[in-house]
Amino acid sequence: MGEINKHSDWDNNKGLREPVKTLEEKWKLVPSFLQVKGLVKQHIDSFNYFINVEIKKIVQANEKVFCEADPLFYIKYLNAYVGTPDLEEGYNVTKPTTPHECRLRDMTYSAPITVDIEYIRGNQRVIKNKQLIGRMPLMLRSSNCVLTNKSDFELAQLNECPHDPGGYFIIRGQEKVILIQEQQSRNRMIVDEFKGAIQCQVTSSTHEKKTRTNVIVKNGKYVLRHNALSDDIPIAVAFKAMGICSDQEIMQLIGTDDTTMKKMGPCIMDCHNMKIFTQNQALTYIGSKLKAKRYQTGNSRTPVDEARDLLATTILAHVAVENFNFYVKAIYLAIMVKRVIDAESNKAAIDDPDYYGNKRLELAGSLLALMFEDLFKRFNWELKTTADKIIPKVKAAPFDVVKHMRPDLISNGLFAAISTGNWTIKRFKMERHGVTQVLSRLSYISALGMMTRVNSQFEKTRKVSGPRSLQPSQWGMLCPSDTPEGESCGLVKNLALMTHITTECSEEPISKLACNAGVEDVRLLGGEEINHPAVYMVFLNGNILGVSRQYKRLIRVFRMFRRRGLISAFVSIYPNHNQRTVYICSDGGRLCRPYIIVENGRPLVQQLHINELNRGIRKFQDFLNDGLIEYLDVNEENDSHIATVEADIDPYVTTHLEIEPFTILGVCAGLVPYPHHNQSPRNTYQCAMGKQAMGTIGYNQKNRIDTLMYNLVYPQCPMVKTRTIELTNFDKLPAGQNATVAVMSYSGYDIEDALILNRASIDRGYGRCLVYKSSKTTMKRYSNQTSDRILGPSRDANTGKVIRAHEILDTDGIAAPGEMVENRQVLINKQMPPATLNPVVQGQPQQVDYKDVPVTYKGPVESYIEKVMVSSNSEDAFLIKILLRQTRVPEIGDKFSSRHGQKGVTGLIVQQEDMPFNDRGICPDMIMNPHGFPSRMTVGKTIELLAGKAGLMEGKFHYGTAFGGSKVRDVCNELEKHGYNYHGKDIFYSGITGEPLEAYIYSGPVYYQKLKHMVQDKMHARARGPRAVLTRQPTEGRSRDGGLRLGEMERDCLIGYGASMLLMERLMLASDAFSAHICGACGRLASRAWCHACRSSAAVSAVEMPYACKLLFQELASMNIVPKLTLKKYC
Amino acid sequence: MPRLDKKPRVMLDEFRVKNAPDDYGMADEKWSFKKFAKSFKIHIVRLDNTEMEFDLIGIQPAFANAFRRLMLSEVPSMAIEKVMIRNNTSIIQDEVLAHRLGLIPLKADPRLFEYKPEDAAEATEFDTLEFSLKVKCTNNKSQPKDSYRPEDLFENNCVYSSQMKWHPIGNQASVHKEADVGPVHGDILISKMRPGHELDLQLIAVKGIGKDHAKFSPVATASYRLLPDIRLTREVNGGEATLLQSCFSPGVIAIDEDGCARVAEPRYDTCSRNVYRYDEIKDAVELSRIRDHFIFNVESVGAMAPNIIFVEAVKILRDKCKSLLDELNTL
Repeated sequence: MGEINKHSDWDNNKGLREPVKTLEEKWKLVPSFLQVKGLVKQHIDSFNYFINVEIKKIVQANEKVFCEADPLFYIKYLNAYVGTPDLEEGYNVTKPTTPHECRLRDMTYSAPITVDIEYIRGNQRVIKNKQLIGRMPLMLRSSNCVLTNKSDFELAQLNECPHDPGGYFIIRGQEKVILIQEQQSRNRMIVDEFKGAIQCQVTSSTHEKKTRTNVIVKNGKYVLRHNALSDDIPIAVAFKAMGICSDQEIMQLIGTDDTTMKKMGPCIMDCHNMKIFTQNQALTYIGSKLKAKRYQTGNSRTPVDEARDLLATTILAHVAVENFNFYVKAIYLAIMVKRVIDAESNKAAIDDPDYYGNKRLELAGSLLALMFEDLFKRFNWELKTTADKIIPKVKAAPFDVVKHMRPDLISNGLFAAISTGNWTIKRFKMERHGVTQVLSRLSYISALGMMTRVNSQFEKTRKVSGPRSLQPSQWGMLCPSDTPEGESCGLVKNLALMTHITTECSEEPISKLACNAGVEDVRLLGGEEINHPAVYMVFLNGNILGVSRQYKRLIRVFRMFRRRGLISAFVSIYPNHNQRTVYICSDGGRLCRPYIIVENGRPLVQQLHINELNRGIRKFQDFLNDGLIEYLDVNEENDSHIATVEADIDPYVTTHLEIEPFTILGVCAGLVPYPHHNQSPRNTYQCAMGKQAMGTIGYNQKNRIDTLMYNLVYPQCPMVKTRTIELTNFDKLPAGQNATVAVMSYSGYDIEDALILNRASIDRGYGRCLVYKSSKTTMKRYSNQTSDRILGPSRDANTGKVIRAHEILDTDGIAAPGEMVENRQVLINKQMPPATLNPVVQGQPQQVDYKDVPVTYKGPVESYIEKVMVSSNSEDAFLIKILLRQTRVPEIGDKFSSRHGQKGVTGLIVQQEDMPFNDRGICPDMIMNPHGFPSRMTVGKTIELLAGKAGLMEGKFHYGTAFGGSKVRDVCNELEKHGYNYHGKDIFYSGITGEPLEAYIYSGPVYYQKLKHMVQDKMHARARGPRAVLTRQPTEGRSRDGGLRLGEMERDCLIGYGASMLLMERLMLASDAFSAHICGACGRLASRAWCHACRSSAAVSAVEMPYACKLLFQELASMNIVPKLTLKKYC
Repeated sequence: MPRLDKKPRVMLDEFRVKNAPDDYGMADEKWSFKKFAKSFKIHIVRLDNTEMEFDLIGIQPAFANAFRRLMLSEVPSMAIEKVMIRNNTSIIQDEVLAHRLGLIPLKADPRLFEYKPEDAAEATEFDTLEFSLKVKCTNNKSQPKDSYRPEDLFENNCVYSSQMKWHPIGNQASVHKEADVGPVHGDILISKMRPGHELDLQLIAVKGIGKDHAKFSPVATASYRLLPDIRLTREVNGGEATLLQSCFSPGVIAIDEDGCARVAEPRYDTCSRNVYRYDEIKDAVELSRIRDHFIFNVESVGAMAPNIIFVEAVKILRDKCKSLLDELNTL
């Protein structure tokens, strides 16, 4: 912006008119970007900032602890450090650790937090360095992690996959991700309409406080509303309380044009009517509106003081007040009023709450910082209370506070928060659930997809479309395709490929630069000058910085400095002409992405730069340093003119050029070939399904012991790749296989998206998968000196043979690797002592009646034991993990899906000789029904097939990159070159009759994913089985061998049909039939042919009824409601 | 070559395969052995140890297809069916290893063996071949300096099918020659290993048919295509002629000295029908295929010569017919 006006000589400049040449291989900037910034770099950056910078700031902000008992006593924190990961093995013994060890041994991957302190012991001042105050869970690949800056070989030695993104935590052996949290940005004025009234809202947030201040319209008057006040305060009173006492001054601050004056009139009048003229009167008024505090502190202050304090620190808390000089705060309040007045007459001035420029993404670092600060404050408070308690007591040794520093408080607080996902911070009244999730390791992509997930704070149950719908400002920042279906649709989002989330950078140099660039301090100016039409107000992170008379110059200077690298690349600056303001942002959590700078209609990145990049002598950072590429955040993007491709560059207006259009998609949507040819929901479906596809999860998959892991035996790289696939290394850790698909109908077993599979293909290994499950147990030691034990296999008393359940056990009582385990066989023959609490009396013979608590295998299909691990966990107890393996061959009902949201189950498995074959003797692996295409409109799939087929002939991979990729025309020509029909349709012969089929069959390879839903895990039937104790009805669910429910709708059908006996049978006889004894005389339940109420058995008869019905009667009776039955003779 | 114009054919239209208008399909014809015997011909085009191409002319598709199906699924061959794993410390899972071993084609004439009865406990010399595979990966003592290639660093880092060892049962050693038993290809990679990994396996191969498992199929593939027939309906010359030539496989269309295109050898055509792409020559050709001229292609997996596989298939069909007739006669 701005520069374009300079070119007065554009007419003479012939070069401008020439079409801009396309940059070859511009996409190579993307891998180069991902090398520096990476997909999970935002997590890691934010965490690094926390452990290296912010933790020190937090400790410094709370550096001194005093105690009331001894005025001389103090603790002062000098510095804080987070160390390198280690494990505590016994008392005060630590050993360095690796993430994989923590995973296997159910430990927490954490590092000690140490501080240097200075404190008083007795009468001495003592300095102690490296005092442990807690343990910090470490993010993998963060600056303190052992995995950073390691080569692939070194990573392999640490049992770590080089493609693993990192960015998650390991808490008690579980991989946990702190999801990116989306929220409204703080310290910004948001004008919105609430129940028809316009209001301006500011959520102020400082280290100490988080408050919300509103200016609203009430009965045509402007009032200030705040939680700490019991009533709304007229705006004029608020100004007077801030020391702006004359009405003229108030009006000058807000604006002196006619409409404003007219609208403000009643407010000023109001103030006069209330007889409030001075600051003191105003403060008294506010003091009377203060909410009564529940607990009174000792020294009670006057309401005036309280009110003044409130104004200074609580209302608009982020605007700093020094020595009770409220002038800046008054200006801020005036702007709020002005915004409301503007919005009343101009609806366009109302802010869009869903606009992404007003959103901030909170990352692991800032969330952990909040949690740590809270815990650290509690830690200090606890130190203070112990000091208060102990110092007054006279003791032999002087009070040494170091001995009372318990690291558990901070460690356990952090561990618990991450492992439960409950973020409770009382200080900010913050209570959030589900902040963390277990990292899904179903496939590599599901893990990677989870790292880019953005969670919205919005309530899922509310039925509003605004926050869920695709926002234009999401362009390039959040993936338009990747969102779940159902209740969280549109609320859970994913980052696009090139998105970066900023971390906070220091304000000081920016404000200095702004002052040098002509920003004048607002404190020196009066209302008239501030509101002069030629003057722009300058905000820095929501705070007033000053005013500028030459805003264009200010913006130009800032952009120039940023491109030169003199200020942080992530500082953004943009004007708002309606509000006559310039906003400068340097706060954390803004979304931004890199763009190529265009000047005079020419992209600054030239072919020679790309060539240098290819030769490896230029890195992405060099592009930034040379000012060829810059980051734009959402707001600045709105102030730029961005061309998608070179041809779109308009020399007079274009300011930036997109690096590669395919980067608007995220990781999951990036797997889809030719997504721009598909109907958009299909891409969304694939995004959900790609996460369920099995394949490979990492190079270390064979060393892992996960509770559930799916692997493909022969995974393949897709024939049709995309650039994103290469960038995310999906081609190295694939999840799927290229199946030769014939699009035709076959038998009747392919309706409703069912697939026909070739038996020979399955025999040869297609779709074969490995399912790993693990069971584990710990050998606990109890407080009474007893502990669990493991016994060897038991033998039958008569035959002397090992009993069947123990057949697979080794002599140590743990199943042997390589053995086949069948249902109900014992994996670990563990026993538990009967009493774990009462101490065993010494001298008594050891109790022998240990209780059997074996770990058994359950499942209709047998498994094999892959490996057994024996180790110790953090409680020093034996930890035994057993990994079980099943190899599964595709069967009817297994679910498969292509990469275009086209899922289907296997409908039939056909012998190879019955499959159709073509001239070259090729039999398809899979037959897909063509009815899947017309309504789904997945043209991308048809192109994938064509490109895949041509790729086979040519011996190369084709690309189906979004908005690019191999052209259909070229692909067709390639097919023709190899003697194939250019449509991709071949002559097929029926395998059954041997005659040619009447239609040409569209056939070729399509990448198919095997999804985790398999028949074997779902099949379930029951005749008789367990029942619930309370109701005597059959249990629910497959895992409990439950019954199959005849639901309400099915019941309705039977009622409609009039099949009363069937109803009776299904609902009562087959469920919880019960023969109850009812007394015909009184109508109440009798106990066993004897009515207690009538003291007789004369009229008692047995009645068949559901047990639940009998239970209801009893429960009603217990509530003093007596249900009575009237009996009649039956037949 | 018999005259093709009299032959029944299917027309290859632009968008569909269509029978000739006067053709009601061969199922309609009355079967006469005499007529069949007169017209039926077999013409072997190409034959080597692993591949054979031959023409079956004048036969109904049901028969041709029956031979194809039988070769794929009912002609028996030997394959490893059971793997006794004594030790497997390699990274490859037991089941996957067994599956891989099963797919290795074996050199052994299945005609010399019998099917193993389902209830038989002991393997006999007549129904079973036994192999063992015992490999241990170790560090290479005499490793060359500065080499980081796994093949230099370790011994036995790759397990190949040639490392399988045959253990004759009974008098198998006298019946079969050492060279006639074993994997067809010695360079099939079974597994990769690193020091400390070890395989100790006993492999048991039995006779089976492709219907049970694809590994028992004696052919890599056996299929046929119909003989293409191309006719020019008008004279094509000049640029159109070269365009026409480019629409077909090489050698199908020849161009005379006068620049006039003529059909040289339609047999080579892949029937890509790419002529229909060009409106200007679309009308000049009539594409069709001869319905009773089957060009068979049999690719043997290596245990038996392809011609023998075909003969075996014919024998199986004969036996099936015989048993059907016997059944009918007993009614």
